[in-house]
Amino acid sequence: MDSKKGIIFTGALIGILAVILVRFGNPVNMGICIACFIRDTAGALGLHRADVVQYIRPEIIGIVLGAFMMAFGKKEFDVRGGSSPFIRFVLGFIVMIGALMFLGCPLRMVLRLGGGDLNALIGLAGFVVGIIVGIIFLKSGFSLKRTYRLSKLEGYLFPMLNIVLFILLLTAPAFIFFSKKGPGAMHASMWIALAAGLIIGGLVQRTRLCMVGGIRDAILFKDTYLILGFISIFVFATLGNLYFGFYKLGFTGQSIAHTDGLWNFLGMALAGWGSVLLGGCPLRQLILASEGNVDSVITILGMSAGAAFAHNFSLAASAQGPSPNGKIAVFIGFALLLIIAYFNLEQDVKAAVKGGVKVGAN
Amino acid sequence: MAQIDTRGMSCPQPVLMTKKALEVCSIEVTVLVDSKTAKSNVERYLNLTGYSINTIELDTNTFKISAKK
Repeated sequence: MDSKKGIIFTGALIGILAVILVRFGNPVNMGICIACFIRDTAGALGLHRADVVQYIRPEIIGIVLGAFMMAFGKKEFDVRGGSSPFIRFVLGFIVMIGALMFLGCPLRMVLRLGGGDLNALIGLAGFVVGIIVGIIFLKSGFSLKRTYRLSKLEGYLFPMLNIVLFILLLTAPAFIFFSKKGPGAMHASMWIALAAGLIIGGLVQRTRLCMVGGIRDAILFKDTYLILGFISIFVFATLGNLYFGFYKLGFTGQSIAHTDGLWNFLGMALAGWGSVLLGGCPLRQLILASEGNVDSVITILGMSAGAAFAHNFSLAASAQGPSPNGKIAVFIGFALLLIIAYFNLEQDVKAAVKGGVKVGAN
Repeated sequence: MAQIDTRGMSCPQPVLMTKKALEVCSIEVTVLVDSKTAKSNVERYLNLTGYSINTIELDTNTFKISAKK
């Protein structure tokens, strides 16, 4: 489905399903949020103890299994890894810190825009700036090096882990934490959420939809394929929110959002820059992790660790605004991104490309 | 002619490497890719920039894309 119609359809479906999930119980403008839902899942496992954001989100499990089955069926399940694994872990961690400063991953940013939350517009401005900074490093030769083929089992483990998570959700043993109040207690029924995730996972695997990729490719290659999905999500989430009466235009009184423009901007700039270095937004990382990319599995683990730290050390923002610790964490994040980006520049990219000479081999 | 091997490189590097190779040799380029995502990204880029392309599958999920102006 490598066509413009395919990605517009996928975006439309994500926009509508997100609103339907809100209708069935998810927090407003949070039908789907990869960062928030990984954070909730980390909380349910007790990796952090913020008791308002603990729930094993079936949407994540559905996306993983949907993408896995689609990739498997289409013979695209291919197990790879070894491309700067710990750097990817750290980048995943930093992207999560940025997302939890803004209160949402890039996908939720689009959904918030579709709900009329103008704070997300400032987030989008930061996101674009972050992506442009990332592009400057990409153009200067930034690379996380090659991946290598690994054993099949290495790739099957991540989907299997998600089946285990679903069993834990179904059986709800005493050692799993489920929020009794707050956003974590607001959720659509598990089968609806799982089904929505399965559909989204399968379609995004086919179309390679990516929030970061959309803006990146439009700027870098003047290629508008991916950004069509981004726009489609926005348009259909807007229509869905208007239809169900969730739409609310303005800055104040928005669902799970704060109005501190500077930190909304910086949070998303951090997430955007980090995601460009990773090669894709959190949603894309989740899909790649499901089709055998072990580096993306490591990235997801980094995001989970980032989420746990964000709540254990009070780094995450809340509806009241950013925390002092969170501001420091965002600055440390920028410093780390600069170090990672600089030390992974390959100076010889252009020099290596000569007529008739093979280039690109390590 | 420039030949580039983008196998193992993650998005968007196969396209970036193709772009850089074309800056050096703009008439003809051969790109090795090892995922369908990279294949469609590189093909889309070459199409957008006006090249005629010919792709052959060397192995499962490994392709050789030849492009000419």
